[in-house]
Amino acid sequence: MNTITPSQYLPETPPGRHFRAEKFDFWSFFFSGLTGLATLFILGILAVILLNIIINGWSGLSWHFVSTIPKKDFFDVHTTGVLPMIVGTTIRVFVMTIFVLPVGVITAIYLTEYAPNTSLITRVIRAAVNNLAGVPSIVFGLFGLGFFINFVGKNLDALFHNPGAVWGQPALIWAALTLAVMTMPVVIVATEESLKAIPPGLREASLALGATKLETIWKVVLPQALPGIMTGGILAVSRAAGEVAPILFTGVAYYMASLPTHLTDQFMDLGYHVFVLSTQSPNIEQTRPILYATVLVLLMLTFALNIVAIIIRARVRKKLRALG
Amino acid sequence: MGIQRGHRARPLEWLAEKFIFLVSLSAILMVFLIFLFVAREALPIFFGRTDTALVQKVIPPDDMDKLSSAQLQLYLELTPQQFAAMDKETLKSLMEVKQEQLDEIPANFRNDPDAHVNTTEWRYLLLPHQWSGYDRPEYIWQPVGQIQKYNIIPLFVGTLKVTLIGLFFAVPLAVGAAIYVSQLARPRVREIVKPTIELLSGIPSVVVGFFALLVMATVLQKIFGYQTRLNAFVAGIALGFAVIPVIFSIAEDALTSVPRPYMQAALALGASRWQTAWQIVLPAALPGVFAATVLGFGRAIGETMIVLMVCSASVMSWSIFDSARSITTTIAAEMAEAVSGGPHYRILFMLGALLFAATFISNMIGEVVINRFKLKLEGKR
Repeated sequence: MNTITPSQYLPETPPGRHFRAEKFDFWSFFFSGLTGLATLFILGILAVILLNIIINGWSGLSWHFVSTIPKKDFFDVHTTGVLPMIVGTTIRVFVMTIFVLPVGVITAIYLTEYAPNTSLITRVIRAAVNNLAGVPSIVFGLFGLGFFINFVGKNLDALFHNPGAVWGQPALIWAALTLAVMTMPVVIVATEESLKAIPPGLREASLALGATKLETIWKVVLPQALPGIMTGGILAVSRAAGEVAPILFTGVAYYMASLPTHLTDQFMDLGYHVFVLSTQSPNIEQTRPILYATVLVLLMLTFALNIVAIIIRARVRKKLRALG
Repeated sequence: MGIQRGHRARPLEWLAEKFIFLVSLSAILMVFLIFLFVAREALPIFFGRTDTALVQKVIPPDDMDKLSSAQLQLYLELTPQQFAAMDKETLKSLMEVKQEQLDEIPANFRNDPDAHVNTTEWRYLLLPHQWSGYDRPEYIWQPVGQIQKYNIIPLFVGTLKVTLIGLFFAVPLAVGAAIYVSQLARPRVREIVKPTIELLSGIPSVVVGFFALLVMATVLQKIFGYQTRLNAFVAGIALGFAVIPVIFSIAEDALTSVPRPYMQAALALGASRWQTAWQIVLPAALPGVFAATVLGFGRAIGETMIVLMVCSASVMSWSIFDSARSITTTIAAEMAEAVSGGPHYRILFMLGALLFAATFISNMIGEVVINRFKLKLEGKR
């Protein structure tokens, strides 16, 4: 009998980890190192900025500082505070969220659930969203001034026969709306990402059980996509909280004696305050502690939100990858 | 009975669908409105409907009927709404006031040739002009003062200077890091490094500007030893910080999306990891990297607060160690003092419209390149 045993045609030793380049290549090593250094350098920049601000800002931070309404002179180390700025930034961002979240989420739902993928209108919407994301922030400021204040506001005043300018002047509501337009792409992209991560099987199961498309979206898809939508909201909030250029002409005030109470009030703002402090300080050495402390407050506000968003997003992405 | 379809079966469903579609059009509407309303405020400049000449030919109030309404409106410096709201008597009294104003201009001023020109004409906006008191034609942006000089070339030069410095600094670093993270790093390292670099984009630009102003400016001056502490160089580097995450994340996406068989084939043929990354993956992903640079350019050209905080004097100079004033900075710094509806205000809006056009075009280019690149990788082209 002439049989072949397996051991005769299988290689004797399993292939180990021998698939590395045999000889050491200097230039490969050199250039790999270079790109590694570039990465390290960028991380270094990030670390230096953060550490510099945290170390210098920590000493100036106190309960008194974040809970005091300052007098007109911002630069007095003992009596200054940032309460109205924190309140102003928080309110404008909150009002913005009310406008941007529904519009952004609905647009994302249309793009992922309804839109035929190749139609012209879908492509145009996508192009518009991408373009909106790239419009310079100062142009949003001009837009807010030209559209919301000079057009919508002035016409509202004319409509209600207001004696003076009530709506047709810089105000909290116009700043919030300007920011809502600016952050719309952030919400749309994040929501879309999370909607795409939901397995089609879930939708099909729901439809097969007799639910309509709307019911499927409302009761099956949206609850699943909630973390992603939250990420979008948080990213939008953190982006908007740090932006100064769009609110320069649409609502921010250098100084207000009281906190804003109406949507038509102007407001003080943390980012703008940082700008004012650092460019108009009479003596930068003396005011350094309050400057750093203000920056630290702003960073904590925007950065904490960002980190939360990044963690949620990483989870969503992992889910997406696991599915396929 | 068959299955009913269409809106007759489920009117609510049909309505909701239409509503969702309409809302999703808002992004298009917004882009359109932005362009419309920014350009609208600048229209008088494009049509030559502004006049800054201080000394004008006096038109006697009695000759009012000889003028067309457009001429009259220009002469009295009124906006169309104001003009429409006025009756003939008011206009006549305005003309008398104007006549008195013109008669009161001092004689030495009357002889200044600059006081006779309309500085918002295109030739004064774009070409060098020899203003009185200067010994040669120069580009000057000086919107405050009796003779307002609106030459926008120094602003273009300033913008370009700062943006290019930023890109020269950011592109090699960001692309290098993208190659490292996507091709060379171990998966564990990659999962930590990538989100960390993206964290950089979470730092508000006013904070980056603050850091550049207080810390970087001093450090860089010590290293390079130049004269002015705050200049285009510092602003450019700081701008680079803001652009790095944008370029990095798009380039990294492009590099990662190159199909794995490309790499596996190269590695199997004995290439080192670096050779594979440099000679196989990078060329395949080049359109994506190019798009990343273009989009980074769009981001850099539109960045406001960093440049505003670090340098803002408008000087016509190509030297990177001189100060520079970018278009965004000019808008942010001067809009507050510009009279609403005046020539200065209009010109700032015109700059905004140009900026919008520039970023719109660079976004479009980036977009098209990335889309083609994706189609190519999917083998559809």
